[in-house]
Amino acid sequence: MLNYTIRRLIGAIPTLFVILAVSFFMVRMAPGGPFDKERKVPAEVEAKLIQQYHLDEPLPQQFVRYIGGLAQGDFGPSFKYKDFTVSELIWQGFPTSLALGLSAIAIALIVGVSLGIWSSLRQNSWIDYLSVGTAMMGIAVPNFVIAPIMTLVFGLMLHWLPVGGWGKPTNWILPIIALAIPQIAAFTRLTRGSMLEILRSNFVRTARAKGLPELVTLTRHAIRAALMPVVSYMGPAIANIVTGSVIVEQIFGIPGIGRYFVQGAINRDYTLVLGVTILFGALVIICNLLADICYGLLDPKVRYD
Amino acid sequence: MNQVFKRLVLPAITVAALMASTALAQAEMVLHRGNGAEPETINPHKSTGVTEANIEADIFEGLTTYAPNGDIVPGAAESWEISDDGKTYTFHLRKNAKWSNGDAVTAKDFVFGFQDAINPETAADYAPILDVIVNAEKIRKNEEKDFSKLGAEAVDDYTLKVSLTGPTPYFLGLLRHPISYPVHKATVEKFKDDWTRPGNIVSNGAYQLTEWTPQASLTYVKNPNYWDAGNVKVDKVVMYPTEDLAEELKRFKAGELDVTYDAPSEQIPDLEKNYPDEFKNTPYLGTYYYVINLTREALGAQPDLRKALSLGVNREILVSKITQGGEAPAYSWEPPMSNYKQAFVDFKDMPQKQRLEEAKKLLEKHGYSKDNPLKVELLYNTSENHKKIAVAVQSMWKQIGVDASLRNEEWKVYLETRDKKQFDVARAAWIADYDDPINFADMFLSDAGERNDAGYSNPEYDKLVKGTGTETDPAKRMQMFHDAEQIFLNDNAMIPIYHYTSQHMVSKKVAGWEYNILDFHLARFITVAQ
Repeated sequence: MLNYTIRRLIGAIPTLFVILAVSFFMVRMAPGGPFDKERKVPAEVEAKLIQQYHLDEPLPQQFVRYIGGLAQGDFGPSFKYKDFTVSELIWQGFPTSLALGLSAIAIALIVGVSLGIWSSLRQNSWIDYLSVGTAMMGIAVPNFVIAPIMTLVFGLMLHWLPVGGWGKPTNWILPIIALAIPQIAAFTRLTRGSMLEILRSNFVRTARAKGLPELVTLTRHAIRAALMPVVSYMGPAIANIVTGSVIVEQIFGIPGIGRYFVQGAINRDYTLVLGVTILFGALVIICNLLADICYGLLDPKVRYD
Repeated sequence: MNQVFKRLVLPAITVAALMASTALAQAEMVLHRGNGAEPETINPHKSTGVTEANIEADIFEGLTTYAPNGDIVPGAAESWEISDDGKTYTFHLRKNAKWSNGDAVTAKDFVFGFQDAINPETAADYAPILDVIVNAEKIRKNEEKDFSKLGAEAVDDYTLKVSLTGPTPYFLGLLRHPISYPVHKATVEKFKDDWTRPGNIVSNGAYQLTEWTPQASLTYVKNPNYWDAGNVKVDKVVMYPTEDLAEELKRFKAGELDVTYDAPSEQIPDLEKNYPDEFKNTPYLGTYYYVINLTREALGAQPDLRKALSLGVNREILVSKITQGGEAPAYSWEPPMSNYKQAFVDFKDMPQKQRLEEAKKLLEKHGYSKDNPLKVELLYNTSENHKKIAVAVQSMWKQIGVDASLRNEEWKVYLETRDKKQFDVARAAWIADYDDPINFADMFLSDAGERNDAGYSNPEYDKLVKGTGTETDPAKRMQMFHDAEQIFLNDNAMIPIYHYTSQHMVSKKVAGWEYNILDFHLARFITVAQ
């Protein structure tokens, strides 16, 4: 297992490098630059900025410079947010996005999997219809609809929770729900689907035939196997959710990093886009690795030697 | 992991401590203000936007500053004299003005401030507006290395002499612009690029920065060393980035914000009706317009066609049915400004029906009609609001025999296309940095470079606008701007659409928020009932 983990981590380095190289050159291909504005920057000033940010060097040289900085943990200065470096922006925002994302995914996992199991056990009952219907809604109705409706109802009409802002524990509730709803939906559907399949499989029939109590059959055999697709979904889902959501963060005024990905691209803030891309890439790799390790724990057929 | 742990637990403790401290200090007066986007920097010499300027106006102070009604009032300078030729300004600084660390604010600080602003190393976008100071342009362009040649001199600790290249009636107004704010030399030199951080920053305004969490809030508290601290009522100001206007409004309605940055245009009719006391909709120094590329055939060669396009735009409909933000239909290039009489396009008072007939006639003169329409491409940057206007204009032009195709481009792509003049007609907007017609007039000088998006060139216009730089009689100077604007409008190099208004929701708890065209509202003049 340890060997396997180390091998995978070493294998991740070239993958990250490719992500980095592709993004570095792609972001530079976009028309326009970080210093283009409605009000034109004076020519001397633009020349100076280009020099200060080393944009005057040949692209391969800039790439080497960037990699060199990265090796020392330096993501470079932000082109847009001049008072901060990219590392600072990311390290200030990431813990918030991470905490929010993990809470949301944990809630989604508990609620989604429970609903999925429950409705698979009562297939075609009203519970099944209700949870499948809700799941479809959760998938179909996007965040930018759910979040404003929640702020309207719970913030403005009922006055139970703050509409936006950050710092109070109550500020966490609505964003977590907004992030969790689509995930709950995904987990419910995945769990229900795979449970239905597993419940009809031979080994479950065998377990029942040898007289195991239904509860033991379910917990020891069926659910463990049914969770496999959930686990493989969770890898990328966690990476995605902990890097923040542009919409949820903007609506609730959360100091996460979700906005940097999109805003960085729009502003041609090269270093910021790259910083967030690398973080996201690394997270996807780590989460996928964790998912693979979980397979081993859940499925006796999977071995890592 | 330890890092993450620290970063999660520490804020929690801070929050608890903060909550405890607020409970203790009940009497603290706090202003919660929505402030648009996340500030890019609060270094006054490097910043460019309104968001940043709102913060900087509270934490820094220029020689002059903004009264609640927008008037120019003494700031760090107590008084000043202007020489008869209008070229030398002598400022007498307040002897009790102090930096937030207790140091005295001296004439040397202002000299250093100007030097830092125009230093090529600072690479300040706005440095050129200080070109009116002797030798500023040369130093800025690295043609003069000796900074002491700059026309700003500390006669003694509290006397500052500024020499200008020509009479500049708007100079006192310019001194309120962030580019003119002083910076604390020792702090800048010690912390280099990090001097604007909470903890490092030393500033001379009524407030000092204490906390800045990007994307969440920026907080500043009363500066006890400020010369007028005794009259500053609001103890603490929290500025929130509020890019989502609908959510900003909700936060205002829920009482989380005292003042908003803006208002969502689709809700304005409702706000006008249901929040008449809170909703403020006032003129602003900006113009939304369509610029015509004069370097391209047809439109560039034929003023008649350009005029027809302008005649064909029904501004009243655009403002009342499309934008609905209370904007004023525009028939001039310059927005309304103090002491300035706007010039107007000659058809301003013509009924729309007659305008359309006129437009059709002009088009027919050149062989265009509904059957053989004039083809133009209209460029705008991707945005729901620009699209709505473009679609409406497209259908208005269709009636007079113009077939407009729409092209939208992402912001940075659009800027590049516009700079390279690869368009027929393009959406554009301009907001003045200070209350003087030169802000708009100098954009269409034949030597304005890329800023002159139309590629407009008229020697008569150039002569008038450049002449204003040496004219000492303010009334004559304004007349010259007026005449220049009339020439420019008659040439139809652009189609004015509307003049901006600024919109805010201001809570009834807030007193001292007065209308002013520059839309600056210093916290030191505001009170918030708790």
